Parts: sequence; C-alpha cells; structure tokens
Amino acid sequence: MERSLAHKALKAGWTQWMTRLPSFLYLGLMIIVPLMVILQDGFREGIGELIHQITLPIARHAILLTVWTSALMTVINAIMGLMTAYVLVRYNFPGKRLLNALIDLPLSIPTLVTGVMLVMLYGPQETMGAFLSETFGLQVIFAPPGIILSLLFISFPFVVRTIQPVLEDLDLTQENAAVTLGASPWTTFRKVVLPALVMPTLSGSLLSFSRAVGEFGAVVVVAGNIPLKTQTAAVYVLGAVESENRLGASAISILLIAISLLVLIAANTLERHWGAHR
Amino acid sequence: MNLKRKSIGAWLLILAVVFYMGFLILAPIISLIRGAFEEGLAAAWESITSPVLLEALILSLKIALLVVLVHAIFGSLVAWVMVRHHFPGKSLFNGLINIPFAISPVVVGYMLLLLFGRNGLLYPLIEKLDIQVAFAVPGMFLATLFVSLPFMIREMVPVIANLDRAQKLAAATLGASQWTVFWRVIFPQLRSALIYGISLTLARALGEFGAILVVGGGVQGRTETTTLYIFRCIEERQNIEAYTASILLGAFSVLIVSFADGIKRAQKRKQTMASIDVRI
Repeated sequence: MERSLAHKALKAGWTQWMTRLPSFLYLGLMIIVPLMVILQDGFREGIGELIHQITLPIARHAILLTVWTSALMTVINAIMGLMTAYVLVRYNFPGKRLLNALIDLPLSIPTLVTGVMLVMLYGPQETMGAFLSETFGLQVIFAPPGIILSLLFISFPFVVRTIQPVLEDLDLTQENAAVTLGASPWTTFRKVVLPALVMPTLSGSLLSFSRAVGEFGAVVVVAGNIPLKTQTAAVYVLGAVESENRLGASAISILLIAISLLVLIAANTLERHWGAHR
Repeated sequence: MNLKRKSIGAWLLILAVVFYMGFLILAPIISLIRGAFEEGLAAAWESITSPVLLEALILSLKIALLVVLVHAIFGSLVAWVMVRHHFPGKSLFNGLINIPFAISPVVVGYMLLLLFGRNGLLYPLIEKLDIQVAFAVPGMFLATLFVSLPFMIREMVPVIANLDRAQKLAAATLGASQWTVFWRVIFPQLRSALIYGISLTLARALGEFGAILVVGGGVQGRTETTTLYIFRCIEERQNIEAYTASILLGAFSVLIVSFADGIKRAQKRKQTMASIDVRI
C-alpha cells in the first residue's frame, strides 16, 4: 500500500494532470469567476457606498424580513424535525413508510411549484385561506406567515435527514438502563438521547437557514413583491436588477452570499466536529 | 423491549408528527391537485395540451439534458480528483463544491448578467464570437449548470472512495486491458450512483426558476421554460394553466427521483446479498 502510494506520487505526471486540470478549470470558471465579478462590482465605489446601499430603508426592510422569517422557520424546523426523526426511528405505527417517503418530497418538488401550492391552499379566495382570515384574522398569503410556511416546506428534509442516521446508530442499552433505573421517558430523552442529537440538530438547522435566506421561487409567489412589507432580499435583488440599480443589486447580493456562506461554513464545521467525536 | 408498548405520550407524539406533516406537506399537494381539476377534466386537459406549454417543456428538457450531460462528465471527473488526488489546497477545493447551494438563484442569474451583459466582463469576447448569452438560452443553460453543480459530485464521491480495489487488481492480473477493467469492473460499481446523480441533477435543472428568470427574461416563445410559463400564468391569473403545469412538473420531478431511488436501493440490496454469499 505504502509503496503504491509512493509510486503514485512519483508518477504524478501528465496522466494525473489530464483529470486534474479540467476539474480545476471547471470549478474555477463556474464558481470563482462569477464570485469575483460580483465582489468587484459591489465594492467598486468603496465599502461606504456598499453599506449605504444595504441600509437604504427598502433594502434594510427586505433584509430584516428575510433574516427574521428564516430564523423563526429554523427554530420551528429544528423542533419539529427532531420530533419527526425521533418518531420515525423509535416507533412503529401504521403509515410510517408513507410518512418516511413524504419527507423527501420537498427536495424533488420545484420551489416555484411549492409557492403555487401554498397560494392554492391559503389564498384569500380559497376555503382554507378565507377560514383562517375570518376566524383568526390571520392572513397567510402576501404576509410573513406564508413566507415562513414556504421556507418550512422546502427545508423540512434537512433537519430530519441529518438527525435520523445519528439516532439509528445510537446505543439503545443506555436508554434501557435509564428506564430500568426508574427514569421517566421524558428524563431519559432529555438526559440520554438529547445530548447526542444537539450537534446534528444544530448543523441541520444551520443548513436550512443558509438555504432559506436565498430562497426565491417559493417566496416570490407567496409573499408577492410589496416593498417595505413582504419584499424579501432575493426579491429585492430581482427588482434592483430589473430597474438597473446595479450597485444596489450587487450590494444586497454580496450580503446574501456572505450570510449564507458563513452559516454554511458553521454547519460544515459542526458536522466535522461531531463526526470526529463519534 | 420497553419501546414496543407505547404510552399515551408516545401516541401523542406520533399524532403530532403525522398532523404536522399532513398540514405542511400533504395538504398543499392535495389542494393543488384539487385546484387543477376545479373546472373539470376538460379544462385541465385543454390547458395541459396547450402548444405554449409544450414549447416551454421542450426548452426545459433541452436545457436540462445538456446540463446533465456536462455534469455527468465533469462532475465525475471532479469527484475522481477529490477522492484520488492529493494536492495543496484540497480542502478549499472541497469547500467550493457546496457554494452553489448557498447562493440565491436570483444572485446566480445576476452574476451571469454581470459577466455577459452589455457592460459585462466577458461581453467583448462573446460579441466577437457572435453569441448572445444574456437574455438568451445559453445564459439560461449556464445558470442551470451553476445551481445543479453539487449533486453529481456529492453522489459520486462516496462511491469512488469505496471502489473495490481487489477486484480491479484481480481483473488486471488475469490479463484484462485497462478499458475492459473500467467497463467490466469499475463502471458497474459506479452505475447506480451515476443514475441517482443524473436524476437529482435533472430534477433540479427542470425546476430551476429564479436564476433563469433573471438571466433569461422569460420571453414567451424564446426563453420561456416550464417554470417561467407557470410564473407568467400566475401573474396573468390563468390559474388552471398554472396549476396543471405545476402538477406536471412536480409529478415528473418526483417520479424521476423515486425511480433513481429504487435503483439505488436495489443495488444496495444486491451488494449486501453478495457480501453474505462470500461470507458463507
């Protein structure tokens, strides 16, 4: 094995470069060049102008709306994802297979279709939408609840699918010991199961947050495009591009990329960390 | 085992999850199907056979298939390099692959406009070559290529890492040529991951919306894909058209992915069976 490795290292000649070079070119052209261009464009009038663009009232409102709806979605998704994963791994009940199959559906349904579905269900003229607004005064479509619902739909699999394998690998003897020693189910869950799931839940939640911040297809249909009300950051960028507000589009784009990337890096670091401890 | 007998708490938990998923995922899907047939089968059929939709579907498929082809080749190559090659900066290389997941589709479209638009960095080049990228199909192809980049690579990496070296060596020792070794020994091990990666890429490519809206503009008959058609129908309040096209697109994507999932599972089962055989 060692000799073959050494042999390989010596041989790192043109055959290796035949595969390596196209790969580098492919990723470089596809990812690095567009990133560089947008950074250059956003910073071309200096960082002061970039910050000015971000803090304009309409832009600031769009960014704050995006961040708070994504954050609230992430919290709900973490709790419900944890519950769903637990139920699917630990209990047997009729319809479990169907439930398990449903989880991956949001990954294959185009996000625009998600938006259309939610408008169909909660739109003001539809039965459900009319019922909610008349009895509870709750408007879903063209309002923040619709944004949160569409984000929940598209990111539901992330938390569940990160927790599930960890829970499946978890040693049952510890849980059984706790129960035998007289711990209540809730205490057992809190003291034995939960500590092992904190890291994967956190990592899955961060992943869904990073995905939600940039979401466009589902949100644009559900939230509409009302500045200072339901316009999210991604929709703002679209408006800025269409009205040829190049500096604004670049500035908000850079901010969006920065938020998503930082959160994604945090999620990956966490995952590696907990993976190493397992 | 104590988990077999369920307490009331357990049943409540199950009920909560069933209710949540029913409300979050199932209810919207059902309501979409109901909405599409609201005005009867005939209206649904008429909207689904509209020539404008057909044209949009064909454009979507063309772009998606080309994207799949490029990713199948270059994605596999990148995965191979990631697993088998060691070079300085490799972790940065790995990190790059997930970037398309973190960038908003609208921003992707905008980046391409910055590159290929009238004041764009590469505009002189494409002008010389006489191709239009911004507000044209090539730009939409590039946008779709960007957003679906990670799928193929992420599917191929673990399979390439787990390739059975003993079999390859055995085949080579028995005198098989490199070409034979690749097709008879290596390729069969990669096949199901390749199919799965292709399906995920295809589904993602067909469903892409934000990036191609920005870079393509969605001009009917020229740059209108299925998703852009749906979006235009919603804005023009042609609800039945939007709903039926959504069902068509959604069902197609779900079918592709579940088909690939079935193949992946079947191969996994076969592999476990084979390993049991060997042990006996």
